[in-house]
Parts: sequence; C-alpha cells; structure tokens
Amino acid sequence: MTPLATVPPGESRIGRPPPGAWNVARIRADFPILAREVRGRPLVYLDNAATAQKPKPVIEAMERYYETGNANVHRGVHALSQEATLAYERVRELAAGFLGAAGSSEIVFTAGTTAALNLVAQSYGGSVLRPGDEILVTEMEHHSNLVPWQLIAERTGAAIKAIPVMESGGLDLAAFERLLVPRTRIVAVTHASNVLGAINPINAISSMAHEVGAVVVVDGAQSAPHLRIDLSAIDCDFFACSGHKLYGPTGIGLLYGKRELLEAMPPWQGGGGMIREVQIERSSFAPPPERFEAGTPPIAEVVGLGAALDYVMAWDWEALVAYEQDLVAEAGRKLADVPGLRILGEGADRVSVLSMVLEGIHPHDAGTVLDTLGIAVRAGHHCAQPLMRRFGVAATLRASFGAYNTPAEIDALVEGLGRARAVLG
Amino acid sequence: MSSELDELYQSVILDHNRAPRNFHALEDATAHAEGRNPLCGDMYDIWLKLEGDRVSDAAFLGQGCAISKASASMMTQVIKGKTIAEVEGLFERFHALVTVGSSGSGLPAKLEVFKGVRAFPIRVKCATLSWHAMKQALDTVGRSAAR
Repeated sequence: MTPLATVPPGESRIGRPPPGAWNVARIRADFPILAREVRGRPLVYLDNAATAQKPKPVIEAMERYYETGNANVHRGVHALSQEATLAYERVRELAAGFLGAAGSSEIVFTAGTTAALNLVAQSYGGSVLRPGDEILVTEMEHHSNLVPWQLIAERTGAAIKAIPVMESGGLDLAAFERLLVPRTRIVAVTHASNVLGAINPINAISSMAHEVGAVVVVDGAQSAPHLRIDLSAIDCDFFACSGHKLYGPTGIGLLYGKRELLEAMPPWQGGGGMIREVQIERSSFAPPPERFEAGTPPIAEVVGLGAALDYVMAWDWEALVAYEQDLVAEAGRKLADVPGLRILGEGADRVSVLSMVLEGIHPHDAGTVLDTLGIAVRAGHHCAQPLMRRFGVAATLRASFGAYNTPAEIDALVEGLGRARAVLG
Repeated sequence: MSSELDELYQSVILDHNRAPRNFHALEDATAHAEGRNPLCGDMYDIWLKLEGDRVSDAAFLGQGCAISKASASMMTQVIKGKTIAEVEGLFERFHALVTVGSSGSGLPAKLEVFKGVRAFPIRVKCATLSWHAMKQALDTVGRSAAR
C-alpha cells in the first residue's frame, strides 16, 4: 500500500488512513472517467453493480494489443499469433490464481456471467437432468441464474423450486434443508445479491447440497469484485463471474468448473477451436477448457481482463473489503435518516450494494433527479423480478459502491435524495 | 436546481401523479390493452369504450413513475370524445412532442407539459407507454371489426 503521506487532506472523512488502509485517492487517480462531469457536476458513480469503471492499465492494455499484438490465437505459426496465444493463456493462469482454482484447465472464458451460467445449464444440466429431477434456485436470483434453468427444465422435464428470502435479506436455510431432496440435482445460488447485496453462505449451502448429491452453481458476478474469492476454500462445483464488474472490459467472463465435471460435460456450442477431429458426420472434441470455447474468442477483452486482474491482484484485499464495508455501513446509517426511506433486506451481511425505496416517489423519478446532480444510480427491477415481488415493490433505487467511491459521495447521494423529495413532493 | 428538471417535473405532472384522473377499471369497456415496460417494470391497463367511431370513455390502472402515470392520466382526459382518427393523430403529435420537442398544431395545450421529456431520452418510453397501449387497444378492435 501507498504510504499515508500521499493522501490529500480532507479526501476521506473516514479519517486519514493508517498504513495498510485503503488509499482511495490513489485508486481514483487510476480511473480517467472519474474526472469527467455529468450535467455540469462531478460524476458520482454509484452504479458499480451494473458495471465498474476501467482503470488506465486496462484501457492501455487493450489499445496496446490492437496496436502491436493483434492476431488470432491457437491457429498460426507466425510470431504474432504465438504472442497472442501466450497472452491469452497467461490470463487463464492469472484467473485461476485470482479465483483459487486448482489449475487453469478449470477456467473457461465466456462472454460473461450470463453466458457462463447458460453454458452450465445447457451442457451440465442438459446431460444430467431427467423428468422429475429438481433444480433449486433462490428468490433473490438475477434473471441470468434463473431463466437458463427454466429453459433447460422445460427441455428435460425437470422442476424448479426456490429457496425463500427472509425479510432480513438472508436465505431461509431451514426451508432450504426441507427443499433439498434426493431428486435435487442442481442448486443454483448467487454468492451476493445484485439487489440487496446480501452475501449467501456458500460453504454451508454446498455441504448441504453435496449430501444429497446435488452440484452447486454459484453466480459470483457481485461477489468477485467485493470479496476475496478462494475456490480452494469454497467447495462449490461451478462459479461464474464477469470481467466488466471487476474493472475489466465487457464481453468477457469466467466460468470455473471442477475438472472432473468439465471433463464429463458435452460441448455447448460447436465450431473451430473446440474439436479434436472433424469428419462430415461426427466429431470428437478437445478437452476442457477448449471444448467450451468455440470460435475466435474475444482476445482483446481477455487481454484487458488480464490487465484488470493484474491491477486488482496488486490490491490489499483486506483493506479493500474493510473500506467497502465501512462505506456501505455509513451509507446505511445516513440513508436511514432520509424521511420515508426504506432499505430492503437490511439485516443481511452485504457487499457494498444496497437497494432502497422512497415512500411516494417512484425510483425512476428519484433516479432522474439524482442524474441531474451528476449522480449515477440504478432504478428498476434489476433483472430480479421474483425478488421485487417478494418485497412487494415494483422497482428500487440501487446504490453500489466500488473501490474508488468515497464517503463524500454518500453525502452527495443523501443530499440528492433530499432534493428528489423536494422536487417530487 | 436544474431547469431541465423543472421543465420535466412541472406541477401539472406532479399533480396528475399524486391524483391520477380516470384511475379505475372500465366495466363497460369495448377495448383493453396492457402497457408494460419490461426494462423498468412499469405496467398499466388501459380501457376504452368505443361508440361507433368515437372514444366515449377511457380509464386506466397500474403503477409506474410520475411521468408514465401523469401521461396516462392526461391521455385518458384528452382522448375522451374524440374520433379514432383524431386519437391516432394525437398519438403521432404527442410522440413528436416528446422526441423532437415540437408537435405541430392540434395537440391540446395541456399536453405541452411533457415537452421537458425530450431532454431525458431514456424517459421517452415512460411518457409514451400508455399511448402505445391505447393504440394497441384501438388496433385490436380494428382488426376484429375487419374480420
């Protein structure tokens, strides 16, 4: 970590960071977009759960790749192709290290979390599910960890059941225990809710699921940017996350799968790069991970993701987690003082994501008022309609904090919500 | 305070949001459609009563933001008593108002309060949601009449 002396005074209201604390000023300097204004005000970017901003090393790595290194991977005998292949496979190693996987062959590059979850549903689900089998999801899933299961359930005759969410925002684990039956083949659960921020106890869920022989598929889109992920200590079977929420580019994500599971799975999409031998009528397939990477992959995006992983892996994650936890706790305290404001699932341990509703004011209207103040939040159902129904709301206003957000931005949000109340009555 | 915001949330709009007019189901409706914005979750039911070529009554229920609710409320007011051709003309002019900012002639002056929507392109769908549903209800009737 950078020494304390480089933090400009007054930059953090949490106090001058002691050595080992999070140096937010230094982090902010790495993100060019944070210098821009929106509607004449400094940008206050609180929509990190939708996508995070990109630091200079990521932007520069992608530019450098196109300027000096562009070639297809795994194909050519020429120098550029070899360089591109090495760069591409280096990122797989890096990703395995970042997630704590046993090896890089357990890491599949996908277009994002959604593509990773569809891959598991179609390939793993499609080959193991039989009529009458059950898939357990939760009421707090993003549509991307729900709809893929509906599609494969429809095709295989499996049924979908949901673990209820309690008022506190936590999963009802007693209900989970009752719902787990020998017919349960798959438990698909988010590590952290994209709406509530609530963190689910994946280890407890996994050991319960494994007792009935079910595999556990974890949507890590919202946890990977905020928690230190160590899959050698989290016994899940599949884990999916997105590059763009991890300060990397869009269009690239990671699927981790246990080696023995990936090896037994059929391909999801066919094409170049995923085969061993092709004849007119049939083909044999490459081992994982190549088996699941048909076609030219998003190479520049993988390179960008590599730069993002290099960047975040240099962080002191203990300091980051402590800082974000302080931010979200402070946000919770200050927002609680806004008249008529309710935070959803307030009792849960959460990553730095929270959802709120303002009595008598629709989230879109509040979001528009905040927008005129340069404050970016998300208003809507956040692709989690079952959870909206669970809490009896049509939409919420969501603020999500990342590594570069500051306590001053929380004050701006609180002030902005006061403004919304004044404008909208 | 931003003037764009003032123009968007004029007091007339806020008033219709707080106390929407014709905010009920229509028992003797002859046409009905749902307006849903799957991106944001706004949803409205629009009912029309057609007598011959004329919209004799209109009503709505549902939930959404101030812009979508006020727009639905004022729409039900202005289309009452109009012929189908007149209503379709209003639809075109209202759409022009919120997208390019001018409607030409023939739009009731009260709808001019939605002019501010143009500065917030993402909110155009809010303003036009109930209008599209109303048009869909008319089209459904038109199609079954044609059969």
